[in-house]
Amino acid sequence: MNVIETDKLTKCFGTFTAVDHISFTVGEGEIFGFLGANGAGKTTAMRMLCGLSTPTSGTGKVAGFDIYKETEQIKRHIGYMSQKFSLYGDLKVWENIRLYGGIYGLSEKQLKAKTDELLRVLDLENERNTLVDALPLGWKQKLAFSVAIIHEPRIVFLDEPTGGVDPVTRRQFWELIYQAAERGITVFVTTHYMDEAEYCNRVSIMVDGKIEALDSPSALKSSFKAGNMNEVFHALARGARRVDN
Amino acid sequence: MRMLKYLLEKEFKQIKRDRFLPRIIFLLPVIQLVILPFAANFEMRNINLSIVDNDHTVLSRRLTDKVLSSGYFRLADVSPRYDEALVSIESNAADIILEIPSRFEERLGREGTAELLIAANAVNGTKGGIGSSYLASIIQDFNQEKSLSPISAQEGGIRVTNLFNPHLNYKNYMVPGIMAFLLTLIGGFLSALNIVSEKEKGTIEQINVTPVPKALFLLSKLIPFWVIGLILLTIGACIAWLVYGLLPVGNMGIIYLFAAVYLMAFTGFGLAISSVSSTQQQAMFTAFFFMIIFVLLSGMFTPVSSMPVWAQELTRVNPLRYLVEVMRMVYLKGSTLSDLTGHFIAVCLFALFFNVLAIVSYKKR
Amino acid sequence: MRDSLAAFVRKEFLHIFRDRRTMMILLLMPIVLIILFGYAITTEIKRVPVAILDQSRDEVTQKMISHFVASEYFELYKMIDSEEEGQALFRQGKIRMALIVESGKLKGENEIQLLVDATDPNEATQLSAYATQIAVESGKVKVESENANSNAKPLSPFTFHLSPDQGIAPVIKLLYNPQLRGAYNFVPGVMGLILILICAMMTSVGIVKEKEIGTMEVLLVSPMKPVYIILAKATPYLLLSLVNIATILSLSYFLLDVPINGSLLLLVGVSVLYALVALCLGLLISTIADTQQAAMLISAVVLMLPVILLSGMVFPIENMPEILQVISNIVPAKWYIIAVKDIMIKGLGFGSVLQEIGVLALMVVVLVGLSVKRFKIRL
Repeated sequence: MNVIETDKLTKCFGTFTAVDHISFTVGEGEIFGFLGANGAGKTTAMRMLCGLSTPTSGTGKVAGFDIYKETEQIKRHIGYMSQKFSLYGDLKVWENIRLYGGIYGLSEKQLKAKTDELLRVLDLENERNTLVDALPLGWKQKLAFSVAIIHEPRIVFLDEPTGGVDPVTRRQFWELIYQAAERGITVFVTTHYMDEAEYCNRVSIMVDGKIEALDSPSALKSSFKAGNMNEVFHALARGARRVDN
Repeated sequence: MRMLKYLLEKEFKQIKRDRFLPRIIFLLPVIQLVILPFAANFEMRNINLSIVDNDHTVLSRRLTDKVLSSGYFRLADVSPRYDEALVSIESNAADIILEIPSRFEERLGREGTAELLIAANAVNGTKGGIGSSYLASIIQDFNQEKSLSPISAQEGGIRVTNLFNPHLNYKNYMVPGIMAFLLTLIGGFLSALNIVSEKEKGTIEQINVTPVPKALFLLSKLIPFWVIGLILLTIGACIAWLVYGLLPVGNMGIIYLFAAVYLMAFTGFGLAISSVSSTQQQAMFTAFFFMIIFVLLSGMFTPVSSMPVWAQELTRVNPLRYLVEVMRMVYLKGSTLSDLTGHFIAVCLFALFFNVLAIVSYKKR
Repeated sequence: MRDSLAAFVRKEFLHIFRDRRTMMILLLMPIVLIILFGYAITTEIKRVPVAILDQSRDEVTQKMISHFVASEYFELYKMIDSEEEGQALFRQGKIRMALIVESGKLKGENEIQLLVDATDPNEATQLSAYATQIAVESGKVKVESENANSNAKPLSPFTFHLSPDQGIAPVIKLLYNPQLRGAYNFVPGVMGLILILICAMMTSVGIVKEKEIGTMEVLLVSPMKPVYIILAKATPYLLLSLVNIATILSLSYFLLDVPINGSLLLLVGVSVLYALVALCLGLLISTIADTQQAAMLISAVVLMLPVILLSGMVFPIENMPEILQVISNIVPAKWYIIAVKDIMIKGLGFGSVLQEIGVLALMVVVLVGLSVKRFKIRL
């Protein structure tokens, strides 16, 4: 069953077409990598799927709901973590968990259990009362991810979730992604680290607002006769006209 | 509704944790209410007087003594010539020159009348005008005392009763007005900066992908400022009582009722500005721009009826005008709720209008 | 170094001009202030609503009432039938004065009771003075030499004077502003306010914003000296405030007929000096505040309020308690406003504003010293 379906989805800002007729599907439980150079239109496409931005044309469904009319229902069934790190820095670790858990309708009892569980899994028990601003970036990212799936959504959208941290920390972050996928949460992730692309079930590569390739990493590598995803990416992105917005 | 609880917890914790906000919130009413009424005083005292006495007679001395003992004037200097006195005015050492010409007493005795010169620095029109007319009335009194003039200009046959503020205390007038101003500052400014600061930090994105409805999110922003505003009002009322001995003649409940609705209106106004701004700087200047217009057209410092017709029409769409009036009416005149029905409807309409505006202008997408 | 400074200044300009709305507001603000202060903010008594209770119903009273209605000061709200009705109208804020003519007295010498809403004491004194004048002129009230009330009431600012043909006759000469135009006083005030607003508030918020989003560190590790960075940030605001000064001066000169009697060059020079003080204040605030909100609130509390209250812009400083008069000396706007009035209205030269210039220059030195010290500690 597909949790995301789009058909000729397009977003224009004035005369500039940020996302140009993209069509793809994402299946339940999949880890879907959404690749592209800076300015290729990844974030815009993701924002439309999350109901943060209205498409110019085309159709799309997320978790079975229409991205034009049923954005509020979509929001009940998705989690989102943006590249602009977005927990409240002036709230403590447990307070952020409580806030988002509360927003998604967890009961007081569930909240307490969930907080303890999360802190244990993330090994943040000693940081329970630390202000989020004071945490190292890698910890913040893991916390943000856990908070984004606190309500066990059907899909979680991750927009460059691991920017600016070392490979070891990124590896740990992907452990969390795998655990979530095992529980049946579909993961939709944008990244520009090509080693991370290898971890995905399937990846799409966007160039100048269009999806130029979409398949599993191994299939892409063989069809482009490339040794790794980096080469695949460069083969495609070479023709890009838009660099950096 | 359960969502609201968690959102409110968040807002209050954030306010509490802010390094400046709580301090400012409590400092603001104290500074404003303690300093402003003393500073905002149009009653003239200590007008600096430069005297040029070319007559040097008993009469001229008596006259100057009378002027100086009136309590309104302070002797800046005694100059031998008018030109020199003018220098004192130029250097701002003196505000008014009183020049008594030579052979003043002699002429008065011979012709029954004699002129003297009052020259006032009128750059500040009010000050110059009031100062010179004070001086003229003192001279008038002097005429009367010395029986130099058979008639007096005082109002005979008319009994003037000053209602509501019999001692003509300017502070009684200013303090309730300032309390209205305080509520405006808190409701308008802080809320204007609030949502836009979440925009700048990026946290609003995260809220926008959650199922939190727009109105509920705005409500979670409105309530804290509403509570803070009412606390401020209470602090303000205590200061008014302790420092100025001012208690409302009318019912304090009416003031709270109006303040509650008004705060909703102005917080909605601030939130609407916040929603349409992309940076805090922008929000601040937008709020500031409107706030200055609201304050100047509120009748807080100058009467609305003195304004030209177009400005009076503008005051009708100024929520602050209504609150300033209500504060003064309840505090000094003891107006009742039924006296203030029109004001109440107006304030309610503002609350409705601004909050609808805030909801419409706040886009989750 | 000069090239990179130019590049920095260009970047700052771009930042500011890209935010169209803030630009608009900054350019519009002086215009709105001048128009409001010039036309709307006045204490002149005009069309004050009055209720009249006429128990005598005689001709003289009728004549007086028609005088009242015809005058530009009063507007008949309603003829009332009882004092209670008047009280209710007062409480509802519908009227601000009630005139009660009592019956049963001798014709032409009826006792008149004037009830004045003294909530606003200034207005009240003016109202009673005007009302008395009209009553006298219409012959309703005879001027008597003795007056029971004369001690009960403080001197009213606008007590009218029947010029006596006997006794001492004061000749009043109003220097510099014979028509007592309010604009002569507030134009310098508005200039003082706008400059603080733009230079201090915008600068402090601008710098703190870079601190908040972390770009300040990037700038500081660049080969630019901190002093150039600050200069680059300040230049656009300085220019913007000069544009505003030009707007204010031309509006007040052409629209409000406020003269510029002294040297325009000196006036601009003093304004630039004051703008520098404001910039330094903004700088100092930016070294204290961590967040834009804090910078704004500090600017508002320590800059805006004192400028409005303690600079002599609105309220005369001499009337204030001693302590406030002392504090007013450290408010830069006070000195600036004095200097502007001296130059613009009194037409005085450089020598006469030497003290003010000296004080402002001293403030620049002290503020620069303080902020450099704080700047170094923090970085």
